[in-house]
Amino acid sequence: MPPVLELKGITKRFPGVLANDHIDLQLEEGQVLSLLGENGAGKSTLMKILYGLYAQDEGDIYIRGKQVSIEEPNDAIDQGIGMVHQHFMLVPVLTVAENVMLGMESIQHGIFLDRDAAAQRIREISDRYGLGVDPYALVEDLPVGIQQRVEIIKLLYRNADILILDEPSAVLTPQEVEGLFDVIRSLVSQGKSVIFISHKLKEVLEISDRVVVLRVGKVVGTTTPEESNERDLAAMMVGRDVILSVIKQPKAPGDVVLRVRDLYVRGDQHKMAVRGVTFEVREGEIVGVAGVQGNGQTELVEALTGLRTVESGQAEVVGKDITNVTPRLITEVGTAHIPEDRQRDGLVLDYPVADNLILNTYYLPPVAKGLVLEEGAIADRAERLVREYDVRTPSIATPVGSLSGGNQQKVIVARELSRPVKFTVASQPTRGLDVGSIEYIHAQLVRKRDEGAAVLMISAELDEILSVADRVIVMYEGKIMGTLPAGEATKEEIGLLMAGIASHPAESPKSAPSTV
Amino acid sequence: MGNQEVEDPRTGNAQEHQGETGGAPEDRPSQAGRRGRFRGLVLPAMAIITALIIGALFIAITDESVYEAFRDGIGQGIVRAFLVIGRAYGAFYVGAFGNPVQIVRAIFSGSSTQILRAIYPITETLRIATPYIFAGLAVAFGFQGGLFNIGAEGQYFVAGLTSVFVGYSLRGVPQIIHLPLALLAGMVGGALWAAIPGYLKGKTGAHEVINTIMMNYIAFRLAEFMLDVGGPMARGDGRPVSPDIQPSAYLPQFFPNRIDLRVNLGIVLALAVAWLVWWLLYKTTLGYEIRTVGLNPRAARYAGMNVPRTILVTMAISGALAGLSAATDILGVLHFMPNAFYSGYGFDAIALALLGKSHPGGVVLASLLFGALRAGARNMQGIARVPIDITSVLQGLIIVFIAAPEIIRMIYRLRQPVKGETLTLTRGWG
Repeated sequence: MPPVLELKGITKRFPGVLANDHIDLQLEEGQVLSLLGENGAGKSTLMKILYGLYAQDEGDIYIRGKQVSIEEPNDAIDQGIGMVHQHFMLVPVLTVAENVMLGMESIQHGIFLDRDAAAQRIREISDRYGLGVDPYALVEDLPVGIQQRVEIIKLLYRNADILILDEPSAVLTPQEVEGLFDVIRSLVSQGKSVIFISHKLKEVLEISDRVVVLRVGKVVGTTTPEESNERDLAAMMVGRDVILSVIKQPKAPGDVVLRVRDLYVRGDQHKMAVRGVTFEVREGEIVGVAGVQGNGQTELVEALTGLRTVESGQAEVVGKDITNVTPRLITEVGTAHIPEDRQRDGLVLDYPVADNLILNTYYLPPVAKGLVLEEGAIADRAERLVREYDVRTPSIATPVGSLSGGNQQKVIVARELSRPVKFTVASQPTRGLDVGSIEYIHAQLVRKRDEGAAVLMISAELDEILSVADRVIVMYEGKIMGTLPAGEATKEEIGLLMAGIASHPAESPKSAPSTV
Repeated sequence: MGNQEVEDPRTGNAQEHQGETGGAPEDRPSQAGRRGRFRGLVLPAMAIITALIIGALFIAITDESVYEAFRDGIGQGIVRAFLVIGRAYGAFYVGAFGNPVQIVRAIFSGSSTQILRAIYPITETLRIATPYIFAGLAVAFGFQGGLFNIGAEGQYFVAGLTSVFVGYSLRGVPQIIHLPLALLAGMVGGALWAAIPGYLKGKTGAHEVINTIMMNYIAFRLAEFMLDVGGPMARGDGRPVSPDIQPSAYLPQFFPNRIDLRVNLGIVLALAVAWLVWWLLYKTTLGYEIRTVGLNPRAARYAGMNVPRTILVTMAISGALAGLSAATDILGVLHFMPNAFYSGYGFDAIALALLGKSHPGGVVLASLLFGALRAGARNMQGIARVPIDITSVLQGLIIVFIAAPEIIRMIYRLRQPVKGETLTLTRGWG
């Protein structure tokens, strides 16, 4: 029997870049095929070709042994191919049934929508695959994990047999990821086939039947979870050996550097986003803040760096009150800030690398003498930092916007960590980066800790928190659900806290910071 | 949301793109820099040439003698069309730069009267370019700070009032004090007028486009009130103009014996200020702040810059530059301020900033071009009977081609720009 989907020699060129280079791929019926690769490896391009968003320059697509031509997404849907994008395409104010119907509405009496007929089918699909989705629920009321299932139902409603899931776990809590895997297993057990795109090695090893690794547009390996392990996959992905776990010596924390007391901060919608948070970070200590995105972490960081008004409570860095003072004052106290959204907040993309490296020291000697910028000093500094922090750039005059994400982040890290800082806030420091850059940035944070700085790291990646942090704070709905030493915490424990379920109801959030 | 990075194969590999433009990897930065500088000039040059070609078509199809010639045959018609265009653009050139034959002859004759008469067109081009440079710098400076100052015309009016007031009301002051004071008065007037929308933008986020336009109307009416017959600044002889300024406030003309050669020290001042603006923008911490706020205000805030204050300062400097436009026009050429002060400099300035890509050097070149267009058009109307409005058509076409470079790229099959070369003016509404 021929494979349900086969790609032969798919090649796609963009000006100056070979995005896909003669890619061969086979997906067997009832199996999960993982597509693993770093950002820029060509995964998304390949899937966009399969879904009809791009046209391939060379190569053919076969479905059940028959050659097909897919020129637009409708062709893909006709061939039974469906895709769940990273960013959901749902209308929040409509119900699940209405969302699923969009584009192929059931009609009764000529002009009226037949919501009940659609709901009936959705319920059948939901029961059959164990999705547990209520067709009449409003999408905006549903948690992210369920919204994702609505997207899956949309595909099944359109009779898709081949489901492409693009980085589906990126937005989920660990428990939700487990739920997603149950759904995937149920799908394949009933004959559906799944392409799972990810750069998370553990997940790929857990869910796949087969793994295809892409690097710079080429298939560099095909393997199975049984024949492989994390280290091998990482090496294949990056093209060299990678140190997966962060090398870190134990270190006894020193004096308190950051002290936050009963902090309240409002979010963009004027709702209180941080609600009474109290914690400390000490010298030589990395504290990780875990939590599903949108539980107040962003607002907490912005309040601590002077970018957002504090409603009440207090924050101190090395004994100086930094509540509602300007960002510049906080910087001058000795704070480094690696912002969550590096392109929006941390860089001026049109500026050359050199100018980005002076973004918050441009007014100080030796960069400036009075009002005049010292170009020689700026260039010297840039050359040195580019070398020291291994920023891959054609020159210091290259606009930062044309560097890769990893190198953009290295520019920020170089700028922030090359200053004599006592306190470092790193918000999602490795989001969207390739394995090599992640490794490098983790090492830099640990180096800063070893030099005696206090580090506060916010991340949506539990693995990152557990491997880098010394102590973990879990935030849920603006409150600290619990504080645990990273060495003893399990993923399950943290996952429950992230979902708002207190594991030790008796323990008050304030009791933990004493021991490490 | 978790992993937002979207895989984009085109941005994923910057080196490839660089490789196309540079030579050997070692000398890449300098190579790219040099070529980039030239490439910046290609599009404007093409835009100007294309506008002249289309302008030529307009000249031909609006000339009756061309139609008559076509009645006699296609050949005659085409010849006639080329003759008409040639005569018009010939007159245009002579009006803007002078008649080369006459200039050479005048130089050989050695007579200063003849030389001065021959170079008169060039002096007019420079005379008109002077206020253009200041006004263009004003709008370009705003663009650099991410602000769209449509109010240069209004700032020009207010600066005219303050400058002329100091010019006529101070008496018995030596020129070395009076002239700088009158210039300064113009700068302050323009700066204050522009600072109001700047303050509103920084403090409340009120969009500067709307507020500078509104400030224009207030400025126009204010000038009317001050200068109308019986107004506080009218000269009192029944004419709606201000009193004449004191000679001690005059910007010296280069040829004091020839009143018709109106080119004055203002052009030197304009070039010096253009250099100063360049230095301020690219070599000082203030310029760094202004450009950072212009390109990414969020990053500016992150970097500890005071964004509202920077916006206020940017607008004030922009207004001061627009003010110098009015001050040099009054102190160097008019020597009084008429009620009908309207010149269009403030609005043409937007075109100048666009054409000059918001760079001081580019603005100077664009201003010289516009000065030549205005000077040349007058002669073209006089000699070739082509309406003076053809300059508006040419200016309009140049701006369209600059603002929509795709058209030019399509016509001349130029290559796509490297990412980041495109011109960002201001961010959207709100």
